[in-house]
Amino acid sequence: MSVSKPLPHDAARLHVTGSARYVDDIPSPAGTLHLAFGQSPIAKGRITAMNLDAVKAAPGVVAVMTADDLPFTNDVSPSIHDEPLLSDGTVNYVGQPVFLVIANSHLAARKAATLGQVDYVEETPILTVDEAMAADSRFEEGPRIYEKGDAETAIDAAPRQIDATFEIGGQEHFYLEGQAAMAVPNEGGDMLVHSSTQHPTEIQHKVAEALGVPMHGVRVETRRMGGGFGGKESQGNALAVSCAVAARLTGRACKMRYDRDDDMVITGKRHEFRITYRVGFDDDGRVQGVSFKHYTRCGWAQDLSLPVADRAMLHSDNAYLLPNARIESHRLKTNTQSATAYRGFGGPQGMVGIERVMDHIAHDLGLDAVEVRKRNYYAAKADASGQKDNSTPYGMQVEDFELHGMTERLMETSDYAARKAAIEKWNAENPIVKKGIAFAPVKFGISFTLTHLNQAGALVHVYQDGSVHLNHGGTEMGQGLFQKVAQVAASRFGIPLDLVKITATDTAKVPNTSATAASSGSDLNGMAVKAACDTVRDRMADFLAERHQAEVSDVAFSDGHVEVGEARYTFQEAAAMAYQGRISLSATGFYKTPKIEWDRIKGRGRPFFYFAYGASITEVAIDTLTGENRILRTDILHDAGASLNPALDIGQVEGGYVQGAGWLTTEELVWDNQGRLRTHAPSTYKIPACSDRPDVFNVALWDEQNREDTIYRSKAVGEPPFMLGISAWLALSNAVSACGNAYPAIDAPATAEEVWAGVRRVRDGI
Amino acid sequence: MDITFLLNGETVELTGVSPTATLLDWLREERHLRGTKEGCNEGDCGACTVMISDADGAKALNSCILFLPQLHGKAIRTVEGVGESDGALHPVQDAMIEHHGSQCGFCTPGFVMSMTAAHANGATNHDTQLAGNLCRCTGYAPIIRAAEACEDKPVPTWVNNDRAFVLPDTSETADDGPAHAPTSSDELAAVYAANPDATIIAGATDVGLWVTKQLRDLNSVIFLNRCDNLKSVEVTEANVRFGAMVDMNTVGDTLSDLHPSYAEMVRRYASVQVRHAATIGGNIANGSPIGDNPPALIALGATLHLRKGDTRRDVLLEDFFIDYGKQDRKPGEFVEAVSFPRQPDTLKCYKLSKRFDQDISAVCGCFSITVEGGTVTDARIAFGGMAGIPKRAASVEAALLGQPWTATTITTAKAMFDTDFTPLTDMRASAEYRLETARTLLERYFAESQGQTTNVLEVSA
Repeated sequence: MSVSKPLPHDAARLHVTGSARYVDDIPSPAGTLHLAFGQSPIAKGRITAMNLDAVKAAPGVVAVMTADDLPFTNDVSPSIHDEPLLSDGTVNYVGQPVFLVIANSHLAARKAATLGQVDYVEETPILTVDEAMAADSRFEEGPRIYEKGDAETAIDAAPRQIDATFEIGGQEHFYLEGQAAMAVPNEGGDMLVHSSTQHPTEIQHKVAEALGVPMHGVRVETRRMGGGFGGKESQGNALAVSCAVAARLTGRACKMRYDRDDDMVITGKRHEFRITYRVGFDDDGRVQGVSFKHYTRCGWAQDLSLPVADRAMLHSDNAYLLPNARIESHRLKTNTQSATAYRGFGGPQGMVGIERVMDHIAHDLGLDAVEVRKRNYYAAKADASGQKDNSTPYGMQVEDFELHGMTERLMETSDYAARKAAIEKWNAENPIVKKGIAFAPVKFGISFTLTHLNQAGALVHVYQDGSVHLNHGGTEMGQGLFQKVAQVAASRFGIPLDLVKITATDTAKVPNTSATAASSGSDLNGMAVKAACDTVRDRMADFLAERHQAEVSDVAFSDGHVEVGEARYTFQEAAAMAYQGRISLSATGFYKTPKIEWDRIKGRGRPFFYFAYGASITEVAIDTLTGENRILRTDILHDAGASLNPALDIGQVEGGYVQGAGWLTTEELVWDNQGRLRTHAPSTYKIPACSDRPDVFNVALWDEQNREDTIYRSKAVGEPPFMLGISAWLALSNAVSACGNAYPAIDAPATAEEVWAGVRRVRDGI
Repeated sequence: MDITFLLNGETVELTGVSPTATLLDWLREERHLRGTKEGCNEGDCGACTVMISDADGAKALNSCILFLPQLHGKAIRTVEGVGESDGALHPVQDAMIEHHGSQCGFCTPGFVMSMTAAHANGATNHDTQLAGNLCRCTGYAPIIRAAEACEDKPVPTWVNNDRAFVLPDTSETADDGPAHAPTSSDELAAVYAANPDATIIAGATDVGLWVTKQLRDLNSVIFLNRCDNLKSVEVTEANVRFGAMVDMNTVGDTLSDLHPSYAEMVRRYASVQVRHAATIGGNIANGSPIGDNPPALIALGATLHLRKGDTRRDVLLEDFFIDYGKQDRKPGEFVEAVSFPRQPDTLKCYKLSKRFDQDISAVCGCFSITVEGGTVTDARIAFGGMAGIPKRAASVEAALLGQPWTATTITTAKAMFDTDFTPLTDMRASAEYRLETARTLLERYFAESQGQTTNVLEVSA
């Protein structure tokens, strides 16, 4: 069987030869036009006059569009229609698209886009959490609150309390391929759109709205993205819609891609959080009650902020049984980019909150931080009698808790105890360079919290030569989804993988798809493809059984052959026979996730089908003079269930860890007091480079199958490993704590400057 | 402008090219070679990396900020041209597949090209070779495994063919209206004196961004890439002298024995690709307050050699920088070379940045302190990132001179940084961090002299 094999990415050879096509690489029709946005230079205000004569007169410009020129809906929001494609007269952040330039080259469009003369009446922008809270500027009517038990009473009654606040920065996706789309006008007003998107159906939907046509008039195709990470769940809408309306206007193909700086200025990022926590615990470090307040900077439009903030609340427990918990979430509206989906979708921020609490408790008690965590873990499974609580703050029983065994094994393989002792010795002997080590577990809920999104479709054709055409609603952004799903298809038919043709995601083949997001890609699409393959396979089996007067159960598909009793055919022969026997060799497949149901307003129920787990230990060194810091070693044990492809899964784990560590260390977004993003290019925004990965990097998969019935008992692996990076941030805190007695209280990201400031707090009381 | 180069083994002659057309745009839009990607359009991500060869060897360079005239006489390899004609892949490509070195694949061609160039040169310091290639998917581990796996694989024959490329015709018709390409310092002096408003383009690692990011139209330009006599390095018993067009990798290599801390700072200065293009003259002449060479050179007592027409003059480098955006350089005058005296190595260069590799300094502190018989007899301390110009810490130096080399002296001296500097807060660091770490860098220099461990880059698990 193809499943469980560590096969390379299906496009690896195309990648390394430069022949993998991304949107901007697709040969475009002659006369293709190129687009760029004129952008708002101010964070908040009203447009009083717009003179675009210079734009129109610029070399190469074909047309310029404003909101008044849009034929139908002026909206690219994925949620509540609050995000005009082009300013409707007000501007709400620096970089907001105000007008659209259509020109005969990318450069000509970009140059012309700088020439608009737009007059504004400026208003005072709301930029920070404090400003938003003071102005009560928020989405939803007030804070969301999830509660279990009575947190405040339990905290007060506990032997010890801690009360603190810290900041968690946002994160730029920095997909290497920027946002891009191309629209090709078809006959009768139809539109073909190539989009670098995680969500082709959303693109189709928004383009159809903008063109005033039914969704059947728009076809969206996505072969691959050069990285997505959540940043292409909704942020591609503006480009695709622009291309479509411009193509409608000009009758020519239109292409748009953001220059990197524009991409960083215009598009949303990971949500920034301020978290305040109040926790009551006993002398052994066991939490009696905890209360969190999340202040989430959502930016100017709602986008996906509500489910992001929900997921942060849903991960405020992480791996810990909290007898009493209260989570209060403020979704703040600010005049900044509209924060959006980013790998983990709020989960990482919620998880950082409780991990910070565990770290603080351990420091307060002088206990080993691993021990404190273990004492607070959920039980391995829910108590069948229901006597013993094993429920999350939202009332879901934890039935598949893998972390006891995983933690034990990781402690051994990483040699944690000996290394911790060696680090203490090092710190005693070295006044300037200090080391730190920390452990972080991950328990991440798998399913879209918007329950209806947990569905998927597939389309599978078997041709008469035995080759297979595979299509499903998932998109490929580097995670290897297409290969994993192809492995499923090959396994269902018992054929070699090279008989399966992986094809671009296409809204004309599989409709009404959900975004490839929430780590759900292989869970949902793998199951849908399995269903489609099994339908075709069963038809072939019925046909062959009848022809051979055999039982259907005696027909076997394996090793590229079909056996029926004594007869043995190649799969190709079997397909040809079935075709000649007038058997339909094409089928759709469909899957919806079972067991999930919850109320997001009350915060009660079962939002997740299951949990994926992980555990990591990171060792760091810091320079107490400058705060410069580095990861020395990382050990990871990650739960991918019965892996569909261990090579691809380990790739997700390694990459997720480094991306997560980057978020919490070097990746700092800086806005000035005018709301202008100052870190809008890789020259100023620093994602991890090659040498930032751990010197020693040991990654292993936890070899247990999913306790729920997922595709071949595998588990989702896209987002969960991102949060393994939290151990890097905790290790820095641990190293800083070697400088004195006070708690380091490190904010995220722990840049060199933040570590340096922590050292001064701990050592010098500054 | 007319130029000739080799592209994937094929001679290409171009006439009338726009002097500020980038190689990346030309490859993708004119040649339809779309394996080379645009990731950032400013030389920071490496997705556009190509391999450029000449008689000096093979170099990885960022094609997004290379102007076509800079390629004259060179051999260019893109990702489409590294495999064999029979379809066999380059060993680097095979290893990248085998070790799962690609995920989304968008950065992959750039990595393949950096790795191909490193492989051709036998370089195995992979982290440094690949510091200029960003990958957001893999976490780099599998890429490094791939690079290690093909270290001993044979180098394809085309590598030598590329190096051996010589222009079929060396006729000198480089000047084309407002674009000039002099072939010597003398020609440059003449053409610049006649066109003092022209923009001089050395490596284009800065000017490239004027075009790709600021969208400026450069009316008159002078390319220095053909001025071979500005590329000389002279190391005599008395002096070290770099021609203005010496690239930063060569600077680093030259100084690796003489001033290893400077060389280490250069290793972290941008990336291999940028250092192949960036020149020491350009880093000085553009007057940036955050260029890393000036503080190091000032600490070494460097002299700048300027030329205008046939008039040459020398100026102490520290005096060249007058104020933010203002240097002691007259219209039509250019940097011909920089030199500094040979001296015992007491230089330490400390580059503070958010990321170790390929990041612009928040603070770059360069210290050269001589202690004789327990007493400070000479101190030259210069900083980048602390003022509008690269600047000496005169008061700190004064507080050290003649004093015993002790912790007490350091404590006294470090208080003087307030007198010398009033740094700013920006996206790289706060004013407070800059000022306080300037002080602690002096502590670091002292601690190192006492044999203490101070460098996290030298610590392992």
